[in-house]
Amino acid sequence: MKLLRLKSGHGDVLLAEGDPEVAEDEERLVEEFRRQLDQGMWAAVPGAERDGRREATMVREFSEIPRDAERVIFFPRAAGGRGRAPIR
Amino acid sequence: MSRLAAILPARRRPEPRGLPVYDPGRELRAERRARELLRSVVGPDAFEAYDRLGFIAVERGGYGYLLYPHRPIVSYDLESGELLSEYCVRFPDGADRDPDARLPDADDVLAKWIALAGDERGLIADSNMHLPGRQHDPKHLRRDLDRLAQLR
Repeated sequence: MKLLRLKSGHGDVLLAEGDPEVAEDEERLVEEFRRQLDQGMWAAVPGAERDGRREATMVREFSEIPRDAERVIFFPRAAGGRGRAPIR
Repeated sequence: MSRLAAILPARRRPEPRGLPVYDPGRELRAERRARELLRSVVGPDAFEAYDRLGFIAVERGGYGYLLYPHRPIVSYDLESGELLSEYCVRFPDGADRDPDARLPDADDVLAKWIALAGDERGLIADSNMHLPGRQHDPKHLRRDLDRLAQLR
């Protein structure tokens, strides 16, 4: 499992990687997962195609991540846009 | 001001301390990286729209969204093509030292796509909603819907 973070000016950054079935790896993944959420990130697990449509699931706890998930993507929480001047 | 000072270019302001030095290739590399991730998450069909048209379309029951990089999300009626709303949303990274830093274009689209797929109501609730035409030109949006239909 890879933990990736979308980062301004960089693209995705690999935060941690490991096998959640291995206790030592899982501990490291959980720690990084919590750190990212503490920093205000959202976490999502991209899913496989279903009915011809790709899915993604937001997760708030490490235990919500499917054990066979290949990656978890962290990205900044959404906020209302500043709103540029309206077009004329 | 001396005559010499008047004709010489103004001295460049130093970069604020702690900010990375400007690298013209960095954004390009970041966008390439972001496009690969976007492709792997949304799939080849959706990515083709981004690659060729510059936006991704997401369809729901009866309505859809157009996701543009760093522009408001636009909802529209799938059947009539009527433009419904603009949702202004951004993803500010509080950990970034540069307040003007922003995600690469493809990452911004990916963040919108994931947030819509994972928590549509939450994303819409967090956004600033406006009638169509506030930031997007409705003529351009209708043209984009036509281009999307042609692509499909």
